[in-house]
Amino acid sequence: MLTRAEHRTSRVAGIAALLCVGLALAAPLAVLLSHGGGTGVSSSQGDYLLRITRFTLLQAGLSTLLSLLFAVPLARALARRPVFPGRRWLISLFAVPLGLPPLVAALGLIEIWGRNGIANKGLGLLGAETPFSIYGLSGILIAHVFFNLPLAIRLILPALERLPPEYWKTAANLGMGGLSLFRLVEWPAMRRSAAGAAGLVFMLCATSFTLVLVLGGGPAATTLEVAIYQALRFDFDPGRAVLLSLIQVGLTLVVMLALKLISAPTEAGDTKGGASNRPDVSGGVHAVPDAMLIGLGGVFVGAPMAAVLVSGLNADMSRLLGDALFWRAATTSLLIGLAAASLSVMLASLLVRARYSADARPGSAMMGLLAGLSSAAGSLTLLVPPVVLGAGWFLMLGGGTGQLLAPLAVITLVNALMALPFVMRVMEPAHQGTMERNGRLSMSLGLVGLNRLWQIDMPAMLPALATGFVFAVALSLGDLGAIALFGSDRIVTLPWLLYQKLGSYRTSDAAGLALLLGGLTMGLMILADRLGNRNGSGLR
Amino acid sequence: MRKYRFLPSALAALFPFIATPAVSADKALTVYTYESFIAEWGPGPKIEAAFEAECGCDLKWVGVADGVALLNRLKLEGDKAEAGIVLGLDTNLVAEARATGLFEAHGLDTSAVQIPGGFSDDVFIPYDYGHFAVIYDSEAIGTPPASLKELVEGDPEQKIVIQDPRTSTPGLGLLLWMKSVYGEDAAQAWQKLSKRVLTVTPGWSEAYGLFTSGEAPMVLSYTTSPAYHMVAEETNRYQAAEFSEGHYLQIEVAGLLANAPDKELARQFLGFMMTPGFQNEIPTNNWMMPAAPVTMDLPEAFSKLVSPETTFLYSPEEVAENRAAWIEEWLGAMSR
Amino acid sequence: MTQEPAIAFDGVVYGIGDLGAEFSFRREPGTVTAILGPSGAGKSTLLNLAAGFLTPDSGRIRIDGRDVTGLAPAERGVSMVFQDNNLFAHLDIRTNIGLGLNPSLRLDAAAWAQVENALERVGLAGFGKRMPATLSGGERQRVALARAFARRRPLLLLDEPFDGLGPGLAADMLGLMLEIRAEVGATVLMVTHDPDEARAAAGEILFIARGRIAADAPAAGFFERRDLPDLEAYLGGAAKN
Repeated sequence: MLTRAEHRTSRVAGIAALLCVGLALAAPLAVLLSHGGGTGVSSSQGDYLLRITRFTLLQAGLSTLLSLLFAVPLARALARRPVFPGRRWLISLFAVPLGLPPLVAALGLIEIWGRNGIANKGLGLLGAETPFSIYGLSGILIAHVFFNLPLAIRLILPALERLPPEYWKTAANLGMGGLSLFRLVEWPAMRRSAAGAAGLVFMLCATSFTLVLVLGGGPAATTLEVAIYQALRFDFDPGRAVLLSLIQVGLTLVVMLALKLISAPTEAGDTKGGASNRPDVSGGVHAVPDAMLIGLGGVFVGAPMAAVLVSGLNADMSRLLGDALFWRAATTSLLIGLAAASLSVMLASLLVRARYSADARPGSAMMGLLAGLSSAAGSLTLLVPPVVLGAGWFLMLGGGTGQLLAPLAVITLVNALMALPFVMRVMEPAHQGTMERNGRLSMSLGLVGLNRLWQIDMPAMLPALATGFVFAVALSLGDLGAIALFGSDRIVTLPWLLYQKLGSYRTSDAAGLALLLGGLTMGLMILADRLGNRNGSGLR
Repeated sequence: MRKYRFLPSALAALFPFIATPAVSADKALTVYTYESFIAEWGPGPKIEAAFEAECGCDLKWVGVADGVALLNRLKLEGDKAEAGIVLGLDTNLVAEARATGLFEAHGLDTSAVQIPGGFSDDVFIPYDYGHFAVIYDSEAIGTPPASLKELVEGDPEQKIVIQDPRTSTPGLGLLLWMKSVYGEDAAQAWQKLSKRVLTVTPGWSEAYGLFTSGEAPMVLSYTTSPAYHMVAEETNRYQAAEFSEGHYLQIEVAGLLANAPDKELARQFLGFMMTPGFQNEIPTNNWMMPAAPVTMDLPEAFSKLVSPETTFLYSPEEVAENRAAWIEEWLGAMSR
Repeated sequence: MTQEPAIAFDGVVYGIGDLGAEFSFRREPGTVTAILGPSGAGKSTLLNLAAGFLTPDSGRIRIDGRDVTGLAPAERGVSMVFQDNNLFAHLDIRTNIGLGLNPSLRLDAAAWAQVENALERVGLAGFGKRMPATLSGGERQRVALARAFARRRPLLLLDEPFDGLGPGLAADMLGLMLEIRAEVGATVLMVTHDPDEARAAAGEILFIARGRIAADAPAAGFFERRDLPDLEAYLGGAAKN
């Protein structure tokens, strides 16, 4: 609920934000196209492209399906168990994979699922003769579920926790069983955020690269992202890289539209720590399967991270922490992360508000377009490979030697764009909520414009802002893509340093850095969750 | 109070961008290279100190991910590159690099350069080399394959991790190695080998990470890799397998950019590159073989390394011409 | 044969210390009791214990002579109406009522007729297909009463059900509730903070303060009592508001 003037400001600001995002995406692609003079795709490449496109969609579809298949019952179990020791830790832990460089996660996963992993050793003790191999589709799926199951849970859980406590009392009073409660209450509440999460997971899996190659077992497991990388890097054919990027964007959007994963007004956001008590399922009968499910989920996500932790602890931590280069990298990473997150949250706020404002006038084609573009902005950015964006921007800036500000700005911009879909998904429902709760009151009090923004809407959205901000920082912390082209001896980030160590036999140092990186993400997440809770509870 | 120990470095870190020392020199030379060359533990910092002492100039490094990224950066920047020297391309990239027209003949006497099989070029000068090799974990494998043929036809349960020729230099190296040995039959050989391949990684780091974490007993790397483990980690566990057919060679070269701001200084650097002041830093910092004489005593480990009698090397032009077709052949064979 | 009380709390203890509560009382069938007291005194705790949302640490709760202390909410023969959110917002009105008849929504034609009948009873005939959001607050509470009517449970628990409806509307609803109570023959426990509501509807009062029953008395003349400091503080505070 906004005043007429606020509507106008929201729409204008939203259009400005859209222009920024559009320009940031389109300009580098256009520059790359003109530079490379696109060579197109020959017919022999056509077959190859068809094959990898099919595989891209297949693995992304299966990964999404599996992630959601487990995320829904797990989110449900967590909502049913609002109090147990370590619950908040577990939910914070679920944000950590987001901030882990894929290679680090892959090595952690292999400690558990690999040929010599714990799972195989366990089976060996049980008498299995040949080790099972995860390399291939199964490995890709395990890795993608590891990354995306916790993300989906974090996006779905708030939808359940936001339901009024009377629902559960009524359900208990009427004697609704687990199945009918799920069918009639829980699933309808989760459906929208599950669709939003599925869309995000599908995009993340469709653009997956390192995990697919490392765990895929061979070139039969090749995604479009690999072809884009190859086109830009080894063949240096910017034209083809852009063309393939556009194919990737188009195909993914088509699939998501077809599955209605994109139009869903995403519902997610502030995971308030204290969920409602659940008299409907307080009996011991329900507790055991819930505990088992939560336990299994926690082990599945936690074990590879524990493996990262264990190999990290073998590193010489005091030397790593005493290294000035580490502190430089950590500071640079954090500064870039903070800047990117600020930018991302700002853009997301404008887009979310514009979309809300546009939705308030159904029937107008212009407003429909604005709403559609605003939500598309929250998807497209993830589908254009960072390495392509980075290269385009690099070209536009005419190189990067000697300059510091320009490359830093580009890295920040690219990271902010990558985080946009996450941040928007977190902020949208919170914004919707504050509009519904405080809209009328603010207007009746004459609280309008900036005044209202600062005194009412911002504080009310603080939990979501904090979560979105930290999501963005975490993503940026783990990202290597945007920096890879610019690299200079003066810009050193944590993942960059980590890969540098890995690239020169210093595996144990790299493991130590991975531990620090994961710890940093975890710390930030806990901070955001606590901050969100404190302010959230004061407002409820 | 342990926690205060890091305070000074933390404070310095708050201002990371002004951390580069200000050198008061009139002359300056910028060198593009790959990042591991200029890492704290790489040869870059020592070479910088040695060259600056000699030239009274300021040497600035700019490091990108690897040799391929180096070439791409040049292509993106064109004649706007501010560097005088590009250091770190390998021979497979030389043809493309030459074709950019951005390089100029060095005009130097390169008689000091000694490379197995010989290498001479009017634009690019080698500064180090290494042979690709299969590294094995001696605790997991008693008798390593003694030839590429044995590798291809060996027990499929003994796995190897290789790199993808579409995205990595060693991956392309193995592709060319197989082609050198098997020629027309390379596709069939790849098909056989594919049963032994645990997985194909996008780059060297991922493959080597899998190998050292014990996931596979063999990995494609360099003959010099065991030297690192022997010198820095004091273990003989990881060794290179010597193949009777011979090993494929990787040569890393540097070249002079036609738009170098100070060509005289750039040439001075190329000259310096062939002297012990530069070459001494290569073996135990870049873990490659020096391309010119050194005045240091190489660690004992280097004498234990595999030193191939036969060396394979396609000319840059052959590689440029056939790479796409050979990769397609590889894809076909490996995707079966 | 002596008649069993409709509901009885025997030494029911929940929680400890300042937050703890301890209740003992009984009510005859067909009575209407208003539960009053300052906020945070334990009114809702009492109702939640009766409904089975909370389990007492000790003591027994009996409904119609049956010990229900360990029973699940649905097994106690209780209907409940809250101040808000009685209806699942995404389900239409008839589904919301139908769930009261069968929690898995397996209803035959007769049951659906019962749903229509209940809607008619509260004056909302033809509203079955509408969504809760399209109804006014008063209409939504009527639906909640319709569900309680359809369920015909012996004990009706009301948690400030007519709060925020405005005096006229609240009085109408109170009247409707009393009619329905009479038709079903239920016993009512109603939490309220409105002395007028208590006067108008209830025959008996439970006055709660600091987790204890400070007074258990007939409604007639209760508010004129001067022997309860808690009551005076409560009424004085209420008057100031």
